[in-house]
Amino acid sequence: MADLSAVRAGSLVKNFGDFRAVDGVDLDVRQGEIFGVLGPNGAGKTTTLRMLATLLPIDGGHAEIFGVDVRREPHRIRQLVGVTGQYASVDEDLTARENLRLFARLQGLASVRAKTVAGDLLERFGLQEAADRPLSQFSGGMRRRLDLASSLITRPPLIFLDEPTTGLDPRTRGQMWDTIRELVTDGSTILLTTQYLDEADQLADRVAVIDRGRKVAEDTPDALKTQVGDSTLQLRLAEGSDTALAADVVRRLLREEPVLTPESGRMNIPLPDPNRAADVLIGLREAGLGISSVSVAKPTLDEVFLALTGHGADEPQTEAAR
Amino acid sequence: MTQSTMTSNTVTPATRGAQRVDPAAAVARTTSHSSLQETWVQVLAMAWRALKKMRRKPEQFFDVLVQPLLFTAMFAFIFGGAISGSVSDYLPILIPGILAQTALTVCMATGVQLREDMDKGVFDRFKSLPIARIAPLAGPMIADLIRYGIASVLTLVTGLLIGYRPGGGVLGCVLGVALTVIAGWSLAWIFTWLGTMARSAQSVQGISMMIMFPLTFLSNAFVPAQTLPGWLEAFVKVNPVSHVVSAVRDLFNDGAVTAEVGWAVIGCAVVVAIFAPLAVRSYSRKM
Repeated sequence: MADLSAVRAGSLVKNFGDFRAVDGVDLDVRQGEIFGVLGPNGAGKTTTLRMLATLLPIDGGHAEIFGVDVRREPHRIRQLVGVTGQYASVDEDLTARENLRLFARLQGLASVRAKTVAGDLLERFGLQEAADRPLSQFSGGMRRRLDLASSLITRPPLIFLDEPTTGLDPRTRGQMWDTIRELVTDGSTILLTTQYLDEADQLADRVAVIDRGRKVAEDTPDALKTQVGDSTLQLRLAEGSDTALAADVVRRLLREEPVLTPESGRMNIPLPDPNRAADVLIGLREAGLGISSVSVAKPTLDEVFLALTGHGADEPQTEAAR
Repeated sequence: MTQSTMTSNTVTPATRGAQRVDPAAAVARTTSHSSLQETWVQVLAMAWRALKKMRRKPEQFFDVLVQPLLFTAMFAFIFGGAISGSVSDYLPILIPGILAQTALTVCMATGVQLREDMDKGVFDRFKSLPIARIAPLAGPMIADLIRYGIASVLTLVTGLLIGYRPGGGVLGCVLGVALTVIAGWSLAWIFTWLGTMARSAQSVQGISMMIMFPLTFLSNAFVPAQTLPGWLEAFVKVNPVSHVVSAVRDLFNDGAVTAEVGWAVIGCAVVVAIFAPLAVRSYSRKM
């Protein structure tokens, strides 16, 4: 069994009317890894996850989780997968403790055991103090933690996390990352979706990039980043009309194609090595081209996207129905 | 796994169940469906949830508190003289009728609340859990038994206060209330099914009204069926609500378990047999 995949999905398809939200996605998630599905809003990440979690019927293709067929045996799948949704799927009218007890009882834990497990999880997720307060007083981060705790009651071997940190502040986000890392040390496998390259980078062992319902790349985060350069030099020229000249300088010095942004005079230049930024700046001064601002940034999802698909991540996805 | 294992060493080691998650064992433990006993536990857990919510939102009880008081008194004094010659003569006909009407109103709320509930995020979790699909539907309906009970008893008490003296005695009244509760619970499956079908809580409310009014007013709840035109009388006679009302009248007024009681129970069983599977199917499809 050790060589089995946690998730093996082939040519997954989901249609919403005429719109093909997921268009032939293959996934192979190995046991014990954190696998990231990276993509912009509307790319089909959540839909893919919901199909695998039996929350949406699969329109085409096949999927297995630990060798169990998702379409044929949904009840078994539900015993193997813990799902934490994009919008906290906990009961707003109950307290945190009541939520956990309810979910534990529903999954067949005896009353006393349900109480113990609820107590343990509240402690582990730092929610003891708020345990008996109404959920309306919970912050976004607390809700997410409760949601994740709710998915762990039966210690499922596979955990789905749908955008676990979207909308969280940086500190809470870091805590969530720590929690997620702890889960894999227990032997669980994690499939997470995210819009953030840095999140995939921080957490995932391997990443599939999804765009308009198709998988456009699958690799380690490091390999993905190398495709766009380790970092980016963001320039703003004093004169917008100098753009073409500046682009020539960049091409000559770095043999890289600068990415022009819609704003006049702005360009992003992929840097194989951050130290080469100085070369570009010197080159521009020698060519007599003035700069109004300059910064070096890590590559963003947008740049990975541009590199992989030839279009930006924030372009409207509606025309994707083809 | 380079990065995550490296970092997790620096994280405080988790202090919990030392044994690691074993996927093979987990797969071996899975079952293809919930057993009957598991389903029952799940239904009770969902009922517990519904009770907690009731306790937190007592305004939900507004309808079961006010309607019995208001309608019993209002109908008795307005229609009593016209239909039966006097208020006290009308009460033996009216009280069982109001009981049925109140039970139906509570049913309606069941459908509306289910629809509202289903739009909430927590239903995503219910769907992702290995639980019988009937549990989220049947659980709240069990909690609703309390609402039917309150509404029935209040109606009866209001009747007693304005002069109703049931001939069936205490036992007849207890059986009559019990039958009302059973009937309410059974008919609630129609509205639960509507709740799983409709797009919004408002539409459930609208459709439910259209079902509830004919069911109560086109029955013998408020007027004797013989006074109606023939075609209407025909409908009134097959209306399950009529049978429930007649049965409750027999129990309240005579303490007699008549054939009507049998018909009422059969009618309720038929409604459940048809609408419970429909509701579960429609709920499972809405994934």
